[in-house]
Amino acid sequence: MVSYILRRILSTIPVMAIVALFVFSLLYIAPGDPAVVIAGDQASPADVERIRQSLGLDRPFLVQFGTWVWHILHGDLGTSIFTSLSVSSMIAQRIEPTLSLMMITLILTILIAVPLGVVAAWKAGSWVDRAIMTFAVFGFSLPVFVVGYVLAYVFALEFQWLPVQGYTPLSQGVWPWLQNLILPSIALGCVYVALIARITRASMLEVLQQDYVRTARAKGLGQRGILFVHALKNAAVPIVTVIGIGIALLIGGAVVTESVFAIPGLGRLTIDAILRRDYPVIQGIVLLFSFLYVLVNLMVDVVYTLVDPRIRY
Amino acid sequence: MSISTTHTAPVPPGLVIAQPLPDLMLPVKVRRGIIGFLRNHPTVAIGGALLLCLILIGIFAPYLGTVDPTAIAPAKRTRPPSALYWFGTDQLGRDIYSRVLYGTRVSLTVGLSVAFFATLAGLAIGLVSGFLRWADGIVMRFMDGLMSIPPILLAIALMALTRGSVGNVILAITVAEIPRVSRLVRSVVLSLREQPYVDAAVASGTRAPMIILRHILPNTLAPMLVQATYICASAMIVESILSFIGAGTPPTIPSWGNIMAEGRALWQVKPYIVFFPAAFLSVTVLAVNLLGDGLRDALDPRMAKSL
Repeated sequence: MVSYILRRILSTIPVMAIVALFVFSLLYIAPGDPAVVIAGDQASPADVERIRQSLGLDRPFLVQFGTWVWHILHGDLGTSIFTSLSVSSMIAQRIEPTLSLMMITLILTILIAVPLGVVAAWKAGSWVDRAIMTFAVFGFSLPVFVVGYVLAYVFALEFQWLPVQGYTPLSQGVWPWLQNLILPSIALGCVYVALIARITRASMLEVLQQDYVRTARAKGLGQRGILFVHALKNAAVPIVTVIGIGIALLIGGAVVTESVFAIPGLGRLTIDAILRRDYPVIQGIVLLFSFLYVLVNLMVDVVYTLVDPRIRY
Repeated sequence: MSISTTHTAPVPPGLVIAQPLPDLMLPVKVRRGIIGFLRNHPTVAIGGALLLCLILIGIFAPYLGTVDPTAIAPAKRTRPPSALYWFGTDQLGRDIYSRVLYGTRVSLTVGLSVAFFATLAGLAIGLVSGFLRWADGIVMRFMDGLMSIPPILLAIALMALTRGSVGNVILAITVAEIPRVSRLVRSVVLSLREQPYVDAAVASGTRAPMIILRHILPNTLAPMLVQATYICASAMIVESILSFIGAGTPPTIPSWGNIMAEGRALWQVKPYIVFFPAAFLSVTVLAVNLLGDGLRDALDPRMAKSL
């Protein structure tokens, strides 16, 4: 098992290398001179030259890539063209709101979606099941900003239960922090809840047909015990896998949610960077999120081999 | 079904032939043709009908009581919905009804084109890597890498480098969708390759391109059709997100994302600017998703039971 975990950890290295290579070469795949592309339409030749110098674009491709990777491995993601600050420090300033939003959404989603899926599987074919699955279709179809605006309009503007937008750091108290994140998390979590409820239902349906579930029922175990202890435990592998893969949805959605609710996080930074064509910042953010995604999925896989004795490699 | 009672053998004396038993199973009305298929699969009918309506709205946008969606009229800024301006006007006095109807074109063009191109590219990559062992390792490692970049971020990174145009939006979203499609095609191809008829074709000396074309490709079409509808739905959402954050369709072209982006600053006081494009977008995506779910149930009954 140790050798599997080691191999699994090592296997993320080529994946991250490909991500890095892709993110780096995007600048060169794009038509035109990269320095001109970054500088934009209104740039003077001097600006273009300054950018070329600062990014080292006058050197050979492989040398540039090598230096770039070397810097990244040392925690240096480059320098923003617009603010001249280091990208790492810009990201560090903005990371707390985004991680908070994603954490709350993740917790909220699992608390809602898994029981929904379990109930849908238990009552398969009934109106409860159909209602939950209909909700899942809507969850997939409603874009995150649509849900966000409707929630903000109803609960913040009409009822005034929660703040409309903004963010309060965790250091100023848990409740003010949470208050600002409730609506954004629900908006962001909608798709995710739909996805996880569906996969939970599918996985549970399969498990509920197994012999040991019948045995548990025959020996007189309560319905709740069967569902949440016997069945859910065995249905967990695909559910947790999809929770890991779904992080990609959360990351993409966070960019938009932050914009709707005016949360000063990485999403806001991404949007500013696009509008200013600040490519080093975009590169840094894409790399960071991809790394986060790979890391989460690595953890999911490793946790399995430790928890589930059926998985042997 | 009734049992045939025509006997040719002579009946031995003393025995009587029993009367045929009445049918226990009621006859199932066989529904044929497109109408029959739609009646058997109401989700496909509802989703398809909605989508057809929206396509018609997109095509006939100029004839549905719209005015020039880009005509600026500063004197009529931010009018609420009324008999004259059905969906109101935005802060430049443009008619939101016209803009939303023309926006249907952008969303559907992007959704359908991405579905088409991503499926095509995914099919090509998936078929090659599913069938050629030496290519599989390299291609799939590369796809793994691409897949660990969240699709919206990948599209954003691509759009940051190019000028905003509908073509570039289609290209960026297609690139972001390809890894998932090719993975799916590959897994289908891998399971098909184990089928006896493929072995038979190999044994009888059919060359690889012919096997792919004749035996593998036709069997990937049903799952691909379902996948294409989901790609279409997700592409429309990503397009609106890109436009919403200012990295998508240029502001001169009315798209739902653009209209919402322009209404964003005013949404607390003039919510209708955001509301109408949001409603259209949701209904369109819902229609495509319903179509996809219905097709999945119709084409793959085994999946239908579980999901």
